[in-house]
This record gives sequence, structure tokens and C-alpha cells, in this order.
Amino acid sequence: MERPATMPNQDALDTLDAAVVVSPPVPKDTRIAIRNLDFFYGRNQALKAIDFDLPDRKVSAMIGPSGCGKSTLLRVLNRMYDLYPGQRATGTVMMDGQNLIDSDIDVSVLRSRIGMVFQKPTPFPMSVYDNVAFGVKLYEKLNKAAMDERVEWSLTRAALWPEVKDRLNASATGLSGGQQQRLCIARTIAVRPEVILLDEPTSALDPISTLKIEELIDELKDDFTIVIVTHNMQQAARCADRVAFFYLGEMVECGPASQIFTSPKQKRTQEYVTGRFG
Amino acid sequence: MTEPADHLVKSFDNDLKRLRDMLTQMGGIVEGQLAMAAEAILNRDSAAAMRAVEEDPKVDALEHEIEQFVIRMLALRQPMAGDLRRIVGALKITSDLERIGDYAANVAKRSIVLGQYTLPYSLAGLGHMADLVQEQLKSIIDAVGSNDTAKAIEVWRSDRVVDDIYNALFRELITYMMEDPRNITPCTHLLFIAKNLERIGDHTTNIAETVYYAVEGEIIRDVRPKGDTSAYAVVRPQE
Repeated sequence: MERPATMPNQDALDTLDAAVVVSPPVPKDTRIAIRNLDFFYGRNQALKAIDFDLPDRKVSAMIGPSGCGKSTLLRVLNRMYDLYPGQRATGTVMMDGQNLIDSDIDVSVLRSRIGMVFQKPTPFPMSVYDNVAFGVKLYEKLNKAAMDERVEWSLTRAALWPEVKDRLNASATGLSGGQQQRLCIARTIAVRPEVILLDEPTSALDPISTLKIEELIDELKDDFTIVIVTHNMQQAARCADRVAFFYLGEMVECGPASQIFTSPKQKRTQEYVTGRFG
Repeated sequence: MTEPADHLVKSFDNDLKRLRDMLTQMGGIVEGQLAMAAEAILNRDSAAAMRAVEEDPKVDALEHEIEQFVIRMLALRQPMAGDLRRIVGALKITSDLERIGDYAANVAKRSIVLGQYTLPYSLAGLGHMADLVQEQLKSIIDAVGSNDTAKAIEVWRSDRVVDDIYNALFRELITYMMEDPRNITPCTHLLFIAKNLERIGDHTTNIAETVYYAVEGEIIRDVRPKGDTSAYAVVRPQE
């Protein structure tokens, strides 16, 4: 039979089929759905075809050896990599129908929706009050009373209010390391983000401050979707609802924390969580 | 299942090996107790019975040692995944072994009482049951030592036969008691001996389940062979 001119030939269709990557379906209650995400530092590929779902108002933890790509993924989520030339991401990171890595996304608005707390506490060299109010002023015009209320709310949610309420005008750099980190969390939640990214938030803290932050994470997950990168496996086990294990830029396994730490399905996950990697 | 690779921390591997060695050592003592208890009944050998009873404190001491070692490992190593399953499994296995030791000692004690009676019937059924249970116990201790899940499943399946023999013995012993009330004392002891052997089989099955879970990370997907139907057995006197 003569093929109509408009119908593509079978070879072309086959090629097309092969090029379509079948992505896993997005589960219900997903806040951010990542599909087929690649990331490059120049010519060096740091993330390879990542499919990862961040459930709404749950804690997702990423674990893996240094250089496995977990912090890179965190940096993709709020476009931190935009600050550096030569770094680029391809794929989709969908939140509310928008692809967060599209070039037309307003990065400043994005970062108010997806806040980040770093490994080392980074208080600004100003008062405790101004540290918390700083970010709010960028996005909202609040009168004094409303701002006071917001600062108190943020510091209370960050479990710091009782310790600093009498020295709001003192310099934030005078706080202890654990207090500084909780101040950074207060600063992050002050702009009322939807997602909070925590990059090894307790690695520079003493055990008691660490437990306070973990307790805080547990409370914050009622209102925020939380993603935490940690090298402390017990911490991931204690804090996270879901855990993803990354290795060499790939996501090897993702599942409920109880599964990853009692019966992981992949041999590499098993070897990593039991301390046999090498 | 292949053995997992070595830990980065070598002393952790040494601890795991020591834990496994203590378990097989405990298993060996309990196996010996059961062998002596079986010999005591079948050969009416009260010296063997005494030796079986005397082993009990050793088993209890090892159980405590293993418990403390496990608690120490949990506190110091904070094990995960397969390690965690094996270490918690050891805790369960040690308590199963301790129970098996107790049942074996109980069998031995009863054999001393039985020695005072002349038994007008064959102990072949009981002997067969004791052989099977000993075989199960030996296999499962081997499986503990080698993390052999195929062997564990084999032991797990074989418990049904032990249960069947127990049910048959139960009926047989009741008929003897009905025939002549003078049989009641020895037959009651024999009944308890058979029940103890049957319970040993059950604990061996527990160990098989623990070994399987520790190695594979999932429970055995099958219906547990439960064959003790003596709870429903009725033997009606002949008219």
C-alpha cells in the first residue's frame, strides 16, 4: 500500500520511541517531583537521570558518601547553582506546575519559597532581631508591630525565643553555635517558605544542640516540606520519613527510613549503611 | 546468599564473628544435652541424665554473656540493616537455645523417674521423634554458623513430621493408660517427654525463621507448619 505523505515512516517512529524516557508516575501528596534530572559542573556530570519525589510536609533525607551528588541536588532545588557560570541542570523539577529549573523562573521569589540552611551557622553581623527581619523586609512591607510579631513567631518556631527574647538587640555573633544555627532556621522560616533545605545542619554542633535541631525538624514538618542532607546515618534514621541513597551521581535506592535502615533492597545501600563501603 | 564484604572498622567484623562463635558454642552444648537426654530415656541411663542436667548452668551463663555482648554491640556500634538484623537475631536465638536446653534437662530428669518403672511397651516412636528433633537442632545450628537460609527452610518444613509423631504418641499413651491405671505415672512422664521434644522442635523452627529474616531481611513467605493437634484429640474407651 502506498504510504500517505503525511504519515511518518516506521523507522522514524522507532527512533522516537527509543528517545522517550518513561518516567515513573508522580505519587499523590508530592510537593516537588524531580524527573530525569541531569546536572553538570562544566563537563563533569554530577547527577545522572534522577527521579525523586519530595512528599508534602514530610522529611526527606539524602545520604551517601562525599561527592555522591546529594548537596548538588539540594543546590538545584533553589537554584543556588545559578550563581556560578558553567553549571547547568536539565530535566524537570516540578512544583505547582512550574519547572523550577526553567530560565524564566524568578529566582528571588523561588528562594523565598524554598529556604536553605547551611552546614556552618551563617548569622549576619547584626542584631538577633535584624537577622530574622532581614529576609522578611525583602519580600514584604510590614509595620513595626507586624514585624515584631513575625520575629517572635519565627524565633518561637525555631525553639530559640526563650533564650533570646531579652537580648533581641544584641549581636547575633555572640550566640553559641547551636543558637546561631537555630537563628538561621528562624531567619529561613521568617519568610514563610514552603520547603526548607537543610545541608548538614548539625555537623558543626555539639550533641545537645544537635538533638534540639532534630526536635525542631520534627515540629517544623507539620508546616513545611523538609529536605535534609546528612552524613549522620542515625540522624537520617531518627528524622526522616523517606531516605534516598546516592552514589556517584545516581540515586541507588529510595524508600521509607525504616526500610533503608533495616532491609535495604540494593547491595550498595546495604554496604553503605552498615559501614562496609570501600 | 553470599557473605557480606568486610567492614571498614575491622573490630566490628571481629565482634560479629565472636557473636556467631558464642551462638554455635551454646548450640553445641544444647545439642549435647539433648543427645544425653535421649540416651537417658532410650537406654535407661541415669548417669547420662545427670550429665544433661549438669550442663544447664553453662547454657544459662552463655545466654547472659551473649545478651550482654549484644547490648554492648548495639550501644557501641549502632548497627544498621543486615548487621542489625543479625545482632537482634542472635538475641532471639540465644533465648530459643536456652529454652531448648531447659526442655532437654526436663526430659533427662523425667527419664530418671521412668527408670524406676518397667515399661511393657516399645519406646520406638519416642526414639524416632528424638532422632528427628536432634537432626533438626544440628542442622539449625549449622545454619546459624553459616547463614544458610536453604538449610533453615528445610528445618522449618521438617517440623510437621515431629508434630505428626507427637500426635500419634499422644493417642498411643492415652490408650495404655486406659488399659491399666498402673501405666498412668510412667505414661504421664512419657507424655511430658514427648511434649518437651515437640516444643524443642518448635523452638528450632523459631531459630529457622530468625536465621532467614537475619540473612534475607524478610520473613518466610509461607504458612507455618503447625501440626500439634493433640489439643483436639479424643480417645474414646471401647464399649
